[in-house]
Amino acid sequence: MNTSNMNTTNMNAALDPAIAPDFSGEKIALEVDDLQLFYGEKQALKSIDMLLPEKRVTAFIGPSGCGKSTLLRCFNRMNDLVDGVRIEGSIRHHGKDIYAPGVDVADLRRRVGMVFQKPNPFPKSIYENVAYGLRLQGINKRRTLDEVVEWALKGSALWDEVKDRLHDNALGLSGGQQQRLCIARAIAVQPDVLLLDEPCSALDPISTLKVEELVNDLKRNYTIIIVTHNMQQAARVSDYTAFMYLGDLIEFADTNTVFTNPQKKKTEDYITGRYG
Amino acid sequence: MTKRFFKDGEHWVWLNAGAVSLCLIMVVGLLVFIFARGAVHFWPHAIASVEVVDGEGQKQAYLGEIYDQGERYDSSNSKFYPQQLFKIGNRDVYGADFKWLDTAWVKKLDYPEDAAVLERREWGNFYGYILAVKEDGKRIATPDLAAQRAAAERLTARNRVLAEQIKDIEKDEIGRINYALEEERLRARAYEVRGEAVPAEVLADIEVRKTLLQQEYKALQKQLEALYGEAQRDEIYVRLADGSEKALPAHKLVHAFFPNSLSLPAKIQFFGAKLWEFLVEEPREANTEGGIFPAIFGTVLMVILMSLVVTPFGVLAAVYLREYATQGWITRTIRIAVNNLAGVPSIVYGVFGLGFFVYFLGGNIDQLFYPEVAPSPMFGTPGLMWASLTLALLTLPVVIVSTEEGLARIPKAIREGSLALGATKAETLWRTVLPMASPAMMTGLILAVARAAGEVAPLMLVGVVKLAPTLPLDANAPFLHLERKFMHLGFHIFDVGFQSPNVEAARPLVYATAFLLVLVIILLNLIAIQMRNRLREKYKSLEH
Repeated sequence: MNTSNMNTTNMNAALDPAIAPDFSGEKIALEVDDLQLFYGEKQALKSIDMLLPEKRVTAFIGPSGCGKSTLLRCFNRMNDLVDGVRIEGSIRHHGKDIYAPGVDVADLRRRVGMVFQKPNPFPKSIYENVAYGLRLQGINKRRTLDEVVEWALKGSALWDEVKDRLHDNALGLSGGQQQRLCIARAIAVQPDVLLLDEPCSALDPISTLKVEELVNDLKRNYTIIIVTHNMQQAARVSDYTAFMYLGDLIEFADTNTVFTNPQKKKTEDYITGRYG
Repeated sequence: MTKRFFKDGEHWVWLNAGAVSLCLIMVVGLLVFIFARGAVHFWPHAIASVEVVDGEGQKQAYLGEIYDQGERYDSSNSKFYPQQLFKIGNRDVYGADFKWLDTAWVKKLDYPEDAAVLERREWGNFYGYILAVKEDGKRIATPDLAAQRAAAERLTARNRVLAEQIKDIEKDEIGRINYALEEERLRARAYEVRGEAVPAEVLADIEVRKTLLQQEYKALQKQLEALYGEAQRDEIYVRLADGSEKALPAHKLVHAFFPNSLSLPAKIQFFGAKLWEFLVEEPREANTEGGIFPAIFGTVLMVILMSLVVTPFGVLAAVYLREYATQGWITRTIRIAVNNLAGVPSIVYGVFGLGFFVYFLGGNIDQLFYPEVAPSPMFGTPGLMWASLTLALLTLPVVIVSTEEGLARIPKAIREGSLALGATKAETLWRTVLPMASPAMMTGLILAVARAAGEVAPLMLVGVVKLAPTLPLDANAPFLHLERKFMHLGFHIFDVGFQSPNVEAARPLVYATAFLLVLVIILLNLIAIQMRNRLREKYKSLEH
């Protein structure tokens, strides 16, 4: 069964309307089904059910410690690296359970790219940073690499700034440039989902603006999930917004609705700044 | 005012600064001291001509360097008499190089211009006046200093050329023939050890080769005889301080110089030449004269081999401990054990190396791979390889510890960045983490080199000797002879200082060798530090 083409209204019927936005006309990229995550004894995610639409920007908002980053890191199994983590339930990526035994995690991560809170370029040249993922796949042909590096850097709106110093150390770039380099690095392997974990929290306003514009461009080709602390940012860049609180998914709807007409009291309190 | 001084903690600043200054003074003092003590050996000291009437009324005359001051205690009248120690050389005449003379006995002391120091290949220095030389059967008188100097220069220059030729034949040519002959013998012996008869064609081949080598050897032998005849042609006639005359064979002469008539620039030049000779020549006279090149070479080669062994092993162990092993009581225990290993006295490693590497491993290697060399061992005896391995074991803990620290310092963000691009753990390690940790590995290596280069005790058991006839690296295949014994600066210090027949004369050499050892270690470290800085520059970590 090809879930990405299935009629989504049926799937949503079982869910609480507050967390089941109207996805008519959307294809579904990821399905989260009763996902629970424990750090040792402590439960960090409490039975999350949600669908994530393809080629749209979905923002996760919520106060610190609400589990939005944890949830994000479930999509590329980054949480596997944390000691003592236990995950129940399932996440399906185009219908395939990514937590099923025998899943090639490296391959999953290639298809679900991630950009982190702080820019983390490798201490290599700009070129090698972008080519890293390709080299991992055994692509070492100069021509191919050159093409992909240029394409990825153009795709992350960095090409014009760095085209003359591709072989300089990436650590010489500014913070905003480094973050866009990380995005270039992620899209170079042509994933279909891009996870952005507070990508602008370490950046100045101008760099932030550039990254936001970039996100807008990228959603034509990628399913983007962005975690952010900044509600204006969520309002600006996302099509759908999920509000989480203490490990629960409280409200999930199209961004306009969440910010103008929230259905839950907690959501309203949070976006009007009563806590955060 | 005083109150403020203490309140602001100024006294702590002063105390700390004082401690640092003291450390600096001690380190610099040490270096200056050993350098000064060692450098004295290479300086052309003035030669005093001294005439004494000793306690029994005997008249004596000597030529020599004033070497030391002291006092003589006379128990008959409980008095101290000031004394001077003269280095009078001429061991073949006087029996000893040094003589104490009471200052009160000295009737006349001056520094004659034409007093000559003849440095010889055997018997140490000779102090005297050059009267004449016999060159090509003719006696040529040398009435003045200029003529003496010219004659001495002619003879030493001729000697140098001949000695070089003789050495080439004896060491390189005949060494190569012996090596080849031994190879042929072992080829035949290998069949015997296996209990087989040597095939006729092989035997014939061996015989042919042996005959050829034999012929070559005979030709060389003839050449050598001719050269020796050439060399023994000349003589030098010298007068001792007491007026007696003596003929010295000229071919034993290494240098002849007249220190009292040397100008300061000439003295400095002489000093430089002697220093250079010390660095590049081989030792003579039970290591108390000549240079220490084999010891420098052995030390450096051993340290390099040790580095080549210890780095991969240490890094592999550290990677497993830090990246793969489950962190628990077992890894904790292993870490404690590794750290304690660093504290085990080095001689214990020497004993282990002798028992395990030399006798067990080496013995078995000989039995398995070189049965034909028996009964003389090849690897089953102390040698360069075992010394390097023993030191690698000794320095393994430092490399493991610093590599582990380096790995622990790599930011988690970098690892996650790599993993998020679809790299496996191994790929992340290989492509990102290890290169970034390489400066830390170099730090470990620097510490290892510093420790290994200065280590002597274990080496005495596993491969260092007082005098190695051949370098472990030469022109005979396979070029690097890991089974050979070698010389080492640290052991050389011990040997020259405490084992030599002429301790007094060799003492400056102890300091000079010690200084050189420090220099070699500093040099090796500087190279490693340079490499580390380049790696650091390349993989500088994230600045946040």
